[in-house]
Amino acid sequence: MRPFHYSRPSSLAEALIDMRDALAAEPNSSAAFLAGGTTQLDLMKLEVSRPDRLVDLNALRGEAGHIRWDGTSLRLGAFARMAEAADHPDVRARAPMIAQSLSLAASAQLRNMATLGGNVLQRTRCAYFRDTSWSACNKRVPGSGCAALDGVNRAHAVLGTSDHCIATYPGDFAQALLALDASVVIAGPGGGRTIPFARLHRAPGTTPHLETSLRPGEIIAEFIVPAGGWFRRSLYLKVRDRQSYEFAVASAAVALDLEGDTVREARVALGGVATVPWRAREAEALLRGRKLTEEAARAAAQAAFTEAAPHAHNAFKVELGQETLVRALLQLATMETPR
Amino acid sequence: MNEPLPYPAAPVRHGSNSGQPMTRRDGRLKVTGAATYAADTHPEGLLHAALAVSSIARGRVSFLDVEAAKAHPGVVEVITPQNRPALAHDPDSKTLPFSFRMDALQNDRVRYAGQPIAVVVAETLEAATEGARLLAPRYEAEAARIGFGNGLPEPAPMVGVGAPGRAETGDLEAGFAAASQIVETGYETPAQYHNAMEPHAIVAAWDGDHLSIDMPNQAIAMSQASFAAFFGIPVQNVSLRSPFLGGGFGSKAILAGPQVLCILAARMLGRPVKLVLTRAQMYGPVGHRGATRQTLRLGTDAQGRLTALEHHAVSETSTFDDFIEPAANASLNLYASPAILARHDAMRMDTGTPGPMRAPGEASGSAALECAMDEAAQAAGLDPLTFRLINYAETDPISGKPYSAKELRACYMRGAESFGWAGRPLAPRQMRDENGLLTGWGMGSALFPAPMFQAEARAVLRADGSALVETSGADMGQGAWTALAQLAADGLGLDIDQVEFRSGSTDQPDGGIAGGSGHTATAGGALHAAGRDVVARLTELATADPESPLFGAGNSGVTARDGRLVRNDDESRSEAYADILARAGLEALEGTGRGARDPANAEARAMFSHGAVFAEVKVDPELGQIRVSRMVGAFAAGRIVNPRLARSQLYGGMIWGLSFALHEEAVHDLRSGRVMNADLAGYHVPVNADTPAMEALLIDEDDRFVNDLGIKGVGEIGITGSVGAIANAIWHATGVRVRRFPIRIEDVLGL
Repeated sequence: MRPFHYSRPSSLAEALIDMRDALAAEPNSSAAFLAGGTTQLDLMKLEVSRPDRLVDLNALRGEAGHIRWDGTSLRLGAFARMAEAADHPDVRARAPMIAQSLSLAASAQLRNMATLGGNVLQRTRCAYFRDTSWSACNKRVPGSGCAALDGVNRAHAVLGTSDHCIATYPGDFAQALLALDASVVIAGPGGGRTIPFARLHRAPGTTPHLETSLRPGEIIAEFIVPAGGWFRRSLYLKVRDRQSYEFAVASAAVALDLEGDTVREARVALGGVATVPWRAREAEALLRGRKLTEEAARAAAQAAFTEAAPHAHNAFKVELGQETLVRALLQLATMETPR
Repeated sequence: MNEPLPYPAAPVRHGSNSGQPMTRRDGRLKVTGAATYAADTHPEGLLHAALAVSSIARGRVSFLDVEAAKAHPGVVEVITPQNRPALAHDPDSKTLPFSFRMDALQNDRVRYAGQPIAVVVAETLEAATEGARLLAPRYEAEAARIGFGNGLPEPAPMVGVGAPGRAETGDLEAGFAAASQIVETGYETPAQYHNAMEPHAIVAAWDGDHLSIDMPNQAIAMSQASFAAFFGIPVQNVSLRSPFLGGGFGSKAILAGPQVLCILAARMLGRPVKLVLTRAQMYGPVGHRGATRQTLRLGTDAQGRLTALEHHAVSETSTFDDFIEPAANASLNLYASPAILARHDAMRMDTGTPGPMRAPGEASGSAALECAMDEAAQAAGLDPLTFRLINYAETDPISGKPYSAKELRACYMRGAESFGWAGRPLAPRQMRDENGLLTGWGMGSALFPAPMFQAEARAVLRADGSALVETSGADMGQGAWTALAQLAADGLGLDIDQVEFRSGSTDQPDGGIAGGSGHTATAGGALHAAGRDVVARLTELATADPESPLFGAGNSGVTARDGRLVRNDDESRSEAYADILARAGLEALEGTGRGARDPANAEARAMFSHGAVFAEVKVDPELGQIRVSRMVGAFAAGRIVNPRLARSQLYGGMIWGLSFALHEEAVHDLRSGRVMNADLAGYHVPVNADTPAMEALLIDEDDRFVNDLGIKGVGEIGITGSVGAIANAIWHATGVRVRRFPIRIEDVLGL
């Protein structure tokens, strides 16, 4: 293994200083934060991530490990564990989609370790990214090419792809945050800022190595999920090759605000099929003001995949992604919600 | 004591110990973490080895940065073809029993991805791992030949382990000419990897020209001899310990290059060396189940009777050695047909050499055969079970010999009854569950040979009346320690608590190999015989001694029971073992036994375990998600020594069948020839949530020919039948016949 410097600051402020100092001392530093470690340590073992310094944030649980309802929003501390959020009564009762997206992810062991903030930053499972003996990976080595385009790409994305990268965003929770218009509270060396969750991830375009809009040294501190009329009528539907401990082949995070059987507001995000957590605004627009029939659901699903660009092994994801969305919409239409 | 499992006691309880559903003798050690596996061995002065493996599938290594690796703190030595010390045995020869050509750094050629190309030895695992990375190999790569479209076809005169590649009976063309209907179909099975939970590990230490090895091993005595040959030392100078294996499945029966290299490193450096493969490194030098492409042709007459059965398999093997998955041979022994032809071809690819993996040939061959039988039943308008009963073989179809015992009909009946097969609609896509999921029922026949190998055992009766029994058996998790001890105790006429059982080391008599589902019959036979030998000697002592109440009873006039010899003509007259020994002035009495098949019976009879597997699947009609919701298997496998362990073995096999049908596949990048999912996140096996309610029924079978104890094996048969049952259930649920394994969402999506 490679030697690296390790520190474990005791507060958010101290962590920001640690990282600021590291970056000031060595502008090209590969320093990285460590939270639950379920992605970072994995990638270090694979040599994909080679930090010269790890700033361990696990002492921050007291400061940013909260889960609470503040009367208008769910506030999820970035250092809460996935399992804690999945099992929290406020989360389960107010926004079932969030609890489902968390409890359907990974394994119990991983959910007990992984933090919410780390989870949304989980890196892709693209085998060409994870195996460093492949020289072509624009995400790992900018400008080197993409081995997945003509390789094994059953698991790869059909939405948000580019000629430079088709790697799938693998997570589940992010789709829920995206659909629910969450915002991200970010702490940084120069002070804090809050951005819409939709602005956190960047589609690959010509720069697949730039995955988020986080600046060097910044730390996600909290997610704020504002309540809406669609909060309770929400679900996360995950389709996968086995029943547990597996990434989505296709998933849909859907929330509806219905008036009778007419859609007042629809929120749709898709997973397993896109390079980033994918908001299907065309589908939402088609649903808004319409009766939620199967026909309407199909039209929305079709709209969501108009731009789909499949490759050799993943063409089925277009149909599967649509069917997944249709199923989620129709299930929500008949869901009993407490008033 | 655990609640005993419900089981009919009368016909099964043969002795005081066998037939009992005892829990594992090693269970407490394992659940408390006290059981030490090979990698838990830490001799003083231990060095750690790490492999560097090839990332190309074909070509040569043109450069290794040995200097950089050696310069890394803690690195002691870097072994490459340049400095690798000579071996006494050529790793590219095949003269040792049950051996494959292996990669032990004999040159710079690369013949598959994942091939060892260097070994780095260091004071710590971390330093060794970093040293291996620093080698930064460069290659002269040649185009990889991976996949059936790119391989090199070749005839296969021999398949599996020394079986002929072609077998036939009757006049095939006449059979097809007489058929009123011919079904021709084909099935593809992928490359699969054993993925034992415990990776291949070895700790090697030399003391002069004595070698001691800790490693998981399914063939202890054979490996001892092979290692001795590699290092040019007498067999008795090799001591091998393999008390526990975290799964073997065939991959730990055959020696591989990494093991030889670790031993070599230990000798070269004069210190003990440990090498543990990473999960990814298990996809290369330690074998796998080769991919197959199979075609079948089944002719049937108007009554649904087979008139001809042809099964052709093309099986993947490496460019440098042969293990041809004998898939077509699955059609030789199961269904009655006047004409049968099974034949094989090989397809050479740039891959590590395949090897035996749990039910080698039987698993992939049964998958294709049972699906083809389902297609033929469908074409004939017959219920799949009825169709199989019409074609029930009363004698072995390929040899014409009688079976040693065959309770397959009872398996069909009991399995069908328990599953509730009656009333199954003939047509597909007729059933839905309360959630609207398409529901289907399928079945398959299970068949596995009942081989025996050679084993020896020793039993020592001690002065206190307890006994020590020994054989170098292998407990791979299947419970051998327990079942073998039960048989040993019965041979001795002792309660199992009075028997100390030692196994898993070259210190003991040769227990044979734990493979082919023959370990219990073979090693158990030897142990039982060793116990009988002790009892015979004891009987001689007692019946010849005027002081004994058994005096004059004759050597067939007493029975050994509960640590006593009892007169058959007067049960009130008996004597304890300890008393007999004491009066004879003996501290101990030793007996030996052998386990092997009676050659006359072997010649006269066909010997198989049989079974029937029934499966229910649910398929989401829109989303294509397939889940198995129920499985019932009924198996007849001779005398069941321990019904609890036997059921566990059968469950394990049935789950493996589920895994084969729906999950397992090594996916290769055709450009590099590399496996792209070489970890347990990417290479799927079912998790608990995928594993349905299961039932494994044990059907009584009295087999008087298979061996003296009537024991067959249950280790592998559970996979056979199960794959086909699930695939056939998917057809029954959806109306879609998927002819490529594993069956996935996209195969049944939107249909």
